[in-house]
This record gives sequence, C-alpha cells and structure tokens, in this order.
Amino acid sequence: MSSRRLDKKIDAAFKFVGLAATLFGLVVLAALVIDVVSDGHQRLGWDFLTSYPSRKPEQAGIFSAWVGTLWIMITTAIFAIPLGIGSGIYLEEYAKRNRWTDFIEINIANLAGVPSIIYGILGLGLFIRMMHLDRSVLAGGLILALLILPVIILSTREALRSVPSSIREASYALGATKWQTVRHQVLPAGFGNILTGVILAMSRAIGETAPLITIGALTYIPFLPTNPVAFNKEIPYIHLSLQGFLDPFTVLPIQIFNWVSRPQKGFLVDAAAGIIVLLTITLAMNAIAIYLRYKNQKRW
Amino acid sequence: MEQEIIIQIKDANSFYGAKQILKNVTLNIPAQTVTALMGPSGCGKSTLIRCLNRMNDLVPRFRFEGNVLYKGIDLYGKDVDITDLRREIGMVFQKPNPFPKSIYENVAYGIRIQGIANREFIDGIVEESLKRAALWDEVKDRLHESALSLSGGQQQRICIARALAVKPHVILFDEPCSALDPIATAKIEELITDLKNNYTIIVVTHNTAQAARVSDFTAFLYLGDLIEYGPTAKIFTVPQDKRTEEYLTGKFG
Repeated sequence: MSSRRLDKKIDAAFKFVGLAATLFGLVVLAALVIDVVSDGHQRLGWDFLTSYPSRKPEQAGIFSAWVGTLWIMITTAIFAIPLGIGSGIYLEEYAKRNRWTDFIEINIANLAGVPSIIYGILGLGLFIRMMHLDRSVLAGGLILALLILPVIILSTREALRSVPSSIREASYALGATKWQTVRHQVLPAGFGNILTGVILAMSRAIGETAPLITIGALTYIPFLPTNPVAFNKEIPYIHLSLQGFLDPFTVLPIQIFNWVSRPQKGFLVDAAAGIIVLLTITLAMNAIAIYLRYKNQKRW
Repeated sequence: MEQEIIIQIKDANSFYGAKQILKNVTLNIPAQTVTALMGPSGCGKSTLIRCLNRMNDLVPRFRFEGNVLYKGIDLYGKDVDITDLRREIGMVFQKPNPFPKSIYENVAYGIRIQGIANREFIDGIVEESLKRAALWDEVKDRLHESALSLSGGQQQRICIARALAVKPHVILFDEPCSALDPIATAKIEELITDLKNNYTIIVVTHNTAQAARVSDFTAFLYLGDLIEYGPTAKIFTVPQDKRTEEYLTGKFG
C-alpha cells in the first residue's frame, strides 16, 4: 500500500514540476515582451517605418531594413520553396528505399540542425568569392534558402507521409499514373501541412542575423534596392529591372543588432521598436501557420 | 455450357520479405460471374486479389512469381503498362476510401485523368455510375458536397460508383463490407448481385455466409494454399476437403 501512496505523491509532484517548467518559459517570454514594448512603443509609428537609418536616434527608422527583409524573403522563397517541395515529393513518393536514399535522408536531417553561421561561411565562399554575387540581395537570399531548404524538405515529407496510403491506392486502382496520383490527390491532401511547414521555415529565416553578417551585409543602408518596376514617360512606359537582386541590402535583425551595439541610449529605443516590428511579423506568420494546421486537421 | 475464362492465375507464389504468402495458386475465373475468395485471416486471399491489379507493387519488399493472364495478357509481363490495365480491372477496398473531395469529383476523377474534359460527357458518366451504384437518389441534390460527409455505407457505394465510372470489365472487392453495418452490407451485397450481369466480380471475404449469398464460384484458401475451388453450391453442400468442411462449419477461422 505504501508504494501506491508514494506513486500518487510522485504523480502530484510531477504535475507541479511540469506546470512550473511550462510557466517558466512563458513568464520569461512575457517579461521580455513587456520590457521591449515599454522601451520601444514611443518610437513606433509611421515615421519610424518610413525613415532611413540616421546618426540621430530620434530620426532613425527601419525603412531600408523592412524593405530589405521583404526582398530577402521573396528571394529566399523563390529558391527554397520549389526546390524544397520538389525534393520532398521526390524523396517521399518516387525514390526507392535503399542505402543511398537513407544516406540522403539522414544528411538532410543533419543539415536542418547545422548552426546558421556555417551557412554564412558557405555562402561567403560560394556565392560571394566564387560566384561574385557581392553582398547582394541575391547572395543573402540564396544563403537563407540553403538554410531553410532542409526544413522545407522534411516538413514536405512529413506532410505527404500523413496522407493515408488508401488515397494513393484508390487513385492507382483507377488507372492513374504516379504523377497524376501525386498531383491530383496526394499534394492537395497534404497542401495545408506543406504550407504550414513553409511558413514556419520562412519565419525562421526572417529572424536570421548570423549568416547575413558573415557575408558582410551592411548595417547602414540609406537607400532601397532598385525597384523592379519603374514607370517613365517614354514608350514602353514600364521598365522592368532585376537590378534590385544585385543591390546591397540590410534586414531588420541586422539593423536591430547595429542599434543595440551603439552607445547612445536613443538607439536602444529604436532597437526595441525594431524588435516589436520583427516580433509582430514573426508571430503573425506563426499564427497563420497554426491556423492552417488547425484548418487542415482532418478527417480520414 | 462452357464459360469464358477472363482471368487465369497460374502458379502464383508471392512473398513478403522472406515470408511466403501464396503457394502455387492456380485458378481460372469465368467472366460475368461472382467469384468469392474465402478463408480465415492470413490465408492470402487479400494478397491474391491484390495481385490481380498489381496493387501489391506499392508494397515494399513484396515479390510475385507466376502469371496472371487477363484476357490472355500477362499482367506481370515485361511490356505491360499496368496503369492502362487497371482501368479494366477496378477495385473496391476494405475500408471506404473516398478522396477528400466532392461526391462529383470522386466519381469524375477516373475519367478526368484519361484527359477527358467534356463537361456534359462527364456529367452523364457521373449520373450513370451513381445510379448503377444505387446511390443517385440519395446524393443527386448534393453532388458538390464532400464525399466524407456521407455515411460509411454510402462512402463505399461512392467507391463502387467511382470504379464503375471508368467502365471496367472486372471489379475486385477486397472485403467490401468489413467496415459496414448489416444494413449497409445487405445493400452492397445486393449491388454485387446486380452488377454481375455486366461485370466479372471477384470478392474477398472471410464471411462464409456472404460467400454463399453472393457468389457463383467459391475458392477456399488456407495458409496460402488453394484448398478447393468450384461452384459455390457444390463447395457448400459437398466440400471435397476436410479443411473446407471444418471452415464452413465454424471449427476454425
């Protein structure tokens, strides 16, 4: 009997310890958020979003930083999403299970855990030294694409694996080819979960600083990458340009990092305001991902 | 009267890894009849039916030896494109597995993937197939609702309609009623009996009463061996093998 009583005590104790552990994380996070908001809220505003960095903290803004972040994210998405989803589909649906694919699988899982600065060093050697892309949007986007590629591959595979094989069998039994089965049944059924994975990967990329600092992304950028669409008065009136991808850039986390390392107190307020913006974007992306996951919780 | 043989299974051996599932099964299936593959769990009846449209190809480590001739064509032959032949040999599975799409899209899928886009033509096939599956009256007003909103028995009939839409000659039923209640089961059995005038039907079942009710021919499998095969009436009244008799009288299985 006494051991049964002990079991019950352990049960109660674990409940308490578990709750404390859960609350610990939440409380620390809440404290950080409150601290940042109380420091930064006074600087937030339209003005802050539309001003370039400046020597005077009260005039400095994140215009070039958030536009740069947008450019980098689009570049990252252009490369990482098709490559990642494509590889995921191939590995999950097409590749034969053998030692070779096992080897690839293990290494992709390992790559997902490689520290981001390593990707920065790889990018520095590959994109900047070898391919001479310079400290451009393209170089930065490619590095972040490499960084999140394994995550997208893994989450695509997971999403496809959760589509029951009975759906595939039903499709094959009607005379569908493999591609028809993937295209019309498996992909649509797994789409929500794939999208969730992609958004979570992108929200990881948006906060990355280390690899971009490694390639020497500048911290003081008082201009934007060249607009891809420009209007003028001469025929054909619209001028399209890819020059922006080759222009230098900065991003939100780098701008924040730069401000935090400045001695003037005013810049700390700017940094806090920048953090609020970055956090808001990240949380919004995660919220969308959670919503999609919830919406796609089904059914078979 | 000699009946036309549509499927010939010759010396079928199959393996899952090192384990042998089917042992030298040889069986001729006559056209326009219902043939039941009956036997206890693990006897290989599901494996056998899945060899008839090569569904087992999808199972890793599965291996098949022997021949399955469909109208004289060896399904396991080198130059055979099984995706084409699966249009002629349809299948209904153990658990209803409609696509997570509308009722209409479920039935239309098989024709759409053949590259047919003519709306009226597809509409016609969808209606005809649902009527043949005895489901049209229940779903005609909600064709564009999700097939997953239907009951289990209705879902299974959607799966039958879906198989009928591509105009197969043979329909394989792999324990089609095992996930259904008795009323839904009766409806499916009635449907199978109706369909045999136009199709060759093969039904896997572990339920002897079901085999007796729906089939013209019955094959009894036990531990991978084909024990006995013949007209259902004969198998059930004068079984030749002791194991068949024991199974029918409920001594095992």
